[in-house]
This record gives sequence, structure tokens and C-alpha cells, in this order.
Amino acid sequence: MTDNFVEIIGLHFARNDHWVLNDVNLRIPRGKIVAIMGPSGSGKTTLLRLISAQLRPEIGKVLVNGVDVNSLARSDLYKMRSLMGMLFQSSGLFTGLSVFENVAFPLREHTKLSEDIIRNVVLMQLEAVGLRGARDLMPSELSGGMAHRVALARALVLNPQLMMYDEPFTGQDPITMGVLVKLIKHLNEVLELTSIIVSHDVAETMSIADYIYVIADSRIIGEGTPEQIANDKSPLVNQFIHGLADGPVPFHYPANKYREDLKL
Amino acid sequence: MIGWIEKLGHAGLLFCEHVGVSGLFLLRTILRKPRVIRLFPLVVEQVYSVGVLSFVIVALSGLFIGMVLALQGYNILERFGSVEQLGQLVALSVVRELGPVIGGLLFAGRAGSSLTAEIGLMQATEQLASMEMMAVDPLWRIIAPRFWAGVISMPVLIAIFCVVAVFGSYLVGVEWLGVDAGQFWSNMQASVNFRIDIVNGIIKGFVFGIVITWIAVYQGYYATPTAAGIGRATTKTVVYGSLVVLGLDFILTSFMLGGW
Repeated sequence: MTDNFVEIIGLHFARNDHWVLNDVNLRIPRGKIVAIMGPSGSGKTTLLRLISAQLRPEIGKVLVNGVDVNSLARSDLYKMRSLMGMLFQSSGLFTGLSVFENVAFPLREHTKLSEDIIRNVVLMQLEAVGLRGARDLMPSELSGGMAHRVALARALVLNPQLMMYDEPFTGQDPITMGVLVKLIKHLNEVLELTSIIVSHDVAETMSIADYIYVIADSRIIGEGTPEQIANDKSPLVNQFIHGLADGPVPFHYPANKYREDLKL
Repeated sequence: MIGWIEKLGHAGLLFCEHVGVSGLFLLRTILRKPRVIRLFPLVVEQVYSVGVLSFVIVALSGLFIGMVLALQGYNILERFGSVEQLGQLVALSVVRELGPVIGGLLFAGRAGSSLTAEIGLMQATEQLASMEMMAVDPLWRIIAPRFWAGVISMPVLIAIFCVVAVFGSYLVGVEWLGVDAGQFWSNMQASVNFRIDIVNGIIKGFVFGIVITWIAVYQGYYATPTAAGIGRATTKTVVYGSLVVLGLDFILTSFMLGGW
């Protein structure tokens, strides 16, 4: 068993003739919470999709549990994915199924458990995220935060070893954000998970992450513990972490001279 | 001139690419280890949403088309003193052509657009991606039941369309305009051949069902995951579906009349 649950080596990924990720190398140690942070559009979600082999890189390797996910046949890839859970930015709940059925879905697809056991497992998962009482609601009746928690319960129902969170805090109110931060930390400890959080919510992510990678300009521009990142003096990392309006990432999109555009 | 040829070539390559991708998509949907027990309830659920919910529009259209055909047919046949041929005229028109074609167009508009929008929205809200992450193949769980439901529903809807259209023509021709009921039915029975007319109509329905549903699920699955993208995909389903129905109808009819 390798020390790193996920290892990315020399990864290049392009979309529409443009490098989204350029020579990315990173390691996700087993049992840790690792955050991947960076401005919007910097390729963070793409990186998660590459780890789960929803996308394939042009060059480079993605090793999960020591296995190159891009070398796997479809059936083996699906076996590998049973080790992974992912919380999507838009929660990804099935709109035609109730909360209960959403959480029961992976169990019904992958196990032959009796209805009684499925019911108990689902209720235990919902209890863990505080939504046992919402089991009969439909996804359209849930707030954004509740939908995220249901999706979290569903992602955890098959006991994955790796959890990936795609922008879990985006658009959440402060209470929900606090609940999610606590849940992610708590679940990682109790279930002995390895967690990857993709986020640009600096304070929340830094409060629970063991290690942080900062991505910008299609590459990793900084890495370290939350303290090291907070004290990083490189202009790009500094601008992102402290939310400065101007810096290496300019406020203005490249354009002609202002006076010329106004025809003055 | 060179630029024009370049654009034409590019469009041709793009077309070939779409045909190839959609062909592989269809093969991956239907050519897989049969899991009939798991698939059956999903298909039944989709037959309800694709077929049963299309019943009203198909039946009403059939009724009105049958009534109009009877009215127009009576008007013309009356000039030649052969109104007793009304049943034959309506039945042959509906069973051979109008039933499959109008049924197909209605199916593309009602069920095809709904399938595309539903699958496109599932794509946009990451429901299909989350299914992939749960190691459940969306082609098996989402696309295959909808595809088979479309293939099953279409011939049945066309049969319903034809029956209701004949009934509509009976109401107008016999009950309203006074054509003799015995002549109406006996002429119809004598002229409609089960093998040549009804079976061919069902074959057309079956083929249209495959093609329209294939277009609908493909457009939904590969829709750009935005509001505009889903709108475009839905429009494409209706436009491509309708054109393919009309084009294929000509090809199938020419084969069928050619005595294949």
C-alpha cells in the first residue's frame, strides 16, 4: 500500500487548443485532507475529473491507490470508482427521486441488501448529516446546503476511501458553511478517509486542510501547510490568499488603450 | 473559392464525426449484457412518460385528421358518385402514410423534445456525472430505458392514431354526412391488406421510433450544459427528427411499393 492515495505525475490537459493544466505534479497522502485552491477557471474541477478518470490527460499519469486510472478498462475503472466518492458543486442529486431514494441509489445498484438493511443504512447516513427527518422530501424542496448534505450522505453510503469535494462551500450561507466544514473534518477523521477539497473559499478551506496546493495559470504556483501558504510571499499566492483586487492576476481583461476605445 | 471548399470540407468532416459518434453511442446503448430483470421496470416507467403521456395529443390529432379526411374525401368522391369508397380512402391514407408520418412528427415534438430536455438538464446539473462516479453507467441506467421505451411506444401510438382517425372519419362520413355504414366498413375491409398496409405501417412506426428516440437521447446526452445549449439541442431533436421521418418515409415507401 503506497503512502499516497493519489499521485499525479507530469500531467498536461488541454481543452480547445489551450492548456488547462500544464505539468502538474501533486500527491494526496492517505488519511489527510488536501485542498486544491485557486481562482475560478484555474482548472481545479478539471483536476478532480482527471483523478476520477472522467477526463483523460494528454500527457502524464494519474495514480489512484498505486494504479494508473487511465490504463484501466471500463469495468476496472468502475471498480476503482467504488473506492471514491465525489460531492459535486451542484450536488448532482437525482431530481426524480426522494432524499431517501437518492441515498439508497448506490446501495440498490451495487448490493443485494434487503430492504430493511437498506432502510437502516440510509437512515444512519442521513442521521450523520442531520437530515433523517428530510428523507421523504424531493430535491426541489431542499435548500442548497441541505442538498449538499444529502449528496454527501449518498457519496459516503458505500464507504469510499477517497472523498472529493468540488466547491462544497460555494453559495452557502454562513451557518451551512460552518456545518459543512465541521462535517468534512469530522467524517474524514471518523471514517478514516482521504479527502480532496477543491475550493476558492480561503478561510474555510484553510481551517480544515492538512496540506494545500494553489493552482493558477494552469500550474501549481504554491504548496504547503495552511501556515506556509498564509505566509507565502510569492505575489500570485499572496494575491489569491489575501483576496487582492490587483496583482499578477490583473483586474482588467486585456484590452486596447482605454482612450482609443472611447475615441478621445 | 478555396475558403469555401475548406468550409465545405470542414462541415463534411464534422458531419461524419457526428454520425460516427452517434453510431457508437447507439451501439454502446443497445449492445450490452442483457439485464432484463433490472431494465424492465425502468423501461415500463419510461413507456409511461414517453408513450402514455403522448397518447392524448396523438389520439386527438388522429381524430381531427380522420374527420378532415372524411370531409375532404366526401366532397371529392361525391363529384364522381362514389362516396361509398370513403372508408377505403381514409383507411389507406391513414394506415399507409398519414398515421406513421404524422404520428412520427408528433412523437418528435412531444416525446423527443422532452427526452432531450430531460437528459440535457441531467447533464447540466451533474446528475449523469454523479452516476458515473457511483460506478453506474448512465448509458445503461438513463439512456437505454428511454431508447427502448421510444422504440416500443412509437408503433403502438401509430396504431392508436390510425384507429382513432378511422373512427373520426366514421363519425363525419357515416354519422354526419350519411354514407352507408355497411358500404363504409365493407369497402374498407376489402381494400386494406393486413400484410401490405398494416404491417408496413407498423414497420414504419418501428423504424421512426428507433430513429427519433436515437436522435433525442443523443442530442440530450451531448447537449452543451447551459440553458441555451439545452434549448438548441431540443430544437435540433425536433428539426432533425421531423426531417428524418419525412425522408425515411419516402425511402421506406419506395421499398415497400417496389415489392421488396
